[in-house]
Amino acid sequence: MTAMIDIAAAKKTFTMHLQGGIELPVVSGVTFHVNPGECVVLAGPSGAGKSSILKMIFGNYRCDSGRIGIRHRGAVVDLATAEPRQVLNIRRSTIGYVSQFLRAVPRVATIDVVAEPLIVNGLARAEAQQRAGELLHRLNIPERLWQLPPATFSGGEQQRVNIARGFISDLPILLLDEPTASLDAANRAVVVDLVAEKKRQGVAMVAIVHDDEIRHLIADRIVDVTSFAAAA
Amino acid sequence: MAEEMLENDQSLLVAESLSKSYGRIAACRDVSFSLYPGEVLAIVGESGSGKSTLLQMLSGQLAPSAGQVSYRMRDGITRDLTTLGEAERRFLFRTDWGYVHQDPAQGLRMAVSAGANVGERLMAVGWNHYGRIRDTASDWLTRVEIDIARIDDAPRTYSGGMRQRLQIARNLVTEPRMVFMDEPTGGLDVSVQARLLDLVRSLVAELHLAVIIVTHDLAVARLLSHRVMVMKGGRVIETGLTDQVLDDPREPYTQLLVSSILPP
Repeated sequence: MTAMIDIAAAKKTFTMHLQGGIELPVVSGVTFHVNPGECVVLAGPSGAGKSSILKMIFGNYRCDSGRIGIRHRGAVVDLATAEPRQVLNIRRSTIGYVSQFLRAVPRVATIDVVAEPLIVNGLARAEAQQRAGELLHRLNIPERLWQLPPATFSGGEQQRVNIARGFISDLPILLLDEPTASLDAANRAVVVDLVAEKKRQGVAMVAIVHDDEIRHLIADRIVDVTSFAAAA
Repeated sequence: MAEEMLENDQSLLVAESLSKSYGRIAACRDVSFSLYPGEVLAIVGESGSGKSTLLQMLSGQLAPSAGQVSYRMRDGITRDLTTLGEAERRFLFRTDWGYVHQDPAQGLRMAVSAGANVGERLMAVGWNHYGRIRDTASDWLTRVEIDIARIDDAPRTYSGGMRQRLQIARNLVTEPRMVFMDEPTGGLDVSVQARLLDLVRSLVAELHLAVIIVTHDLAVARLLSHRVMVMKGGRVIETGLTDQVLDDPREPYTQLLVSSILPP
């Protein structure tokens, strides 16, 4: 089977120039792969570098060295050295990212926030909004809120809008950073179902989940991030 | 399909080793990059970093001391801007380019009506049917959220935010492919800024515009741009995807800029 994500010896260090050039090692020797239809959960205590690894796979953090192989439209691209334009294309058609917090643009209605990833990939607005509505409905966001911008919603509601936006597209790779952190039991169960559906569709996922019960339900494999702890 | 276009198309504007010096003072040194259709590039840096000089060279308003800017014209032929005649350059500015000034008074005619400000660009490209010009001008005023009832008023009666939206309508009415923006939110109140940014963001995506925007405001760069170039002392010191540069800045000066943002 060909891996969707294949990371080899990736390393990340922050150099804090404003603090006298202190080197802050984050991770080194990060090596693992993710197959289609598989959910790999990153484990380790806070500060071990789990979120940093997700950000490296998304191209948000740059690597100092190593390789982040991403299967993009049938070919493997090394995200660690890809041009900005290529990274944008990969984000548009291959990698989705559900961050911990919703970063919404002011004034844009919830339904459009959720539908946007489909619209940028060329789906008609009406159809995109219909799929957005179905997903919002499943995640228990009442219809009367759909036309409002999510900025004033509660933390849990914003997180569900964020999840809907992340799960709506048909991208072959999904990165999930604490998708269930501020959700109640009913909504956590919805997320577990959504992850299971993505697996059946062959989507490769990397997740950070602190809740043991959820981790058991979604993880096919666990990668212990403490083994990538960079030597200070 | 939109995406095929993005992956296969050719660059629209290419800067090669652009430099500008005034006597012994180098205002801009050795800047090179390519811009593609639909791509938004932010040039950030503090006053005196050379970003405005660079913008003037890129838009053909200032001759570089060294290097060149080439642009792929609507007919598909790439031309070196310095070889364009004055008439060709003016035509480019009236049709395929837009230029949004920080001060709307520089980009608008303050004493003539809003409708005429927008219609004038259409007449310059040969439109002569009054009714159609007025209809198109009304459409554009609506798109930039200006009440049609104000179409016959001159922009000197408008607020700062309305003037800036009118300037944007005037620039976009000829459907340019490339728009230059110099601190477009510079003189506006924060609430007015947010509305304008949101408007610009949706128009840029809808019209698939290539944009080069000069700003000292990193929040503006984050909201609007795909890529960012950080300038200091006339040089580009760091460049990359906007979220990469802002979330993982490498250069000391970029780290200083990012750490100076006040939390919202």
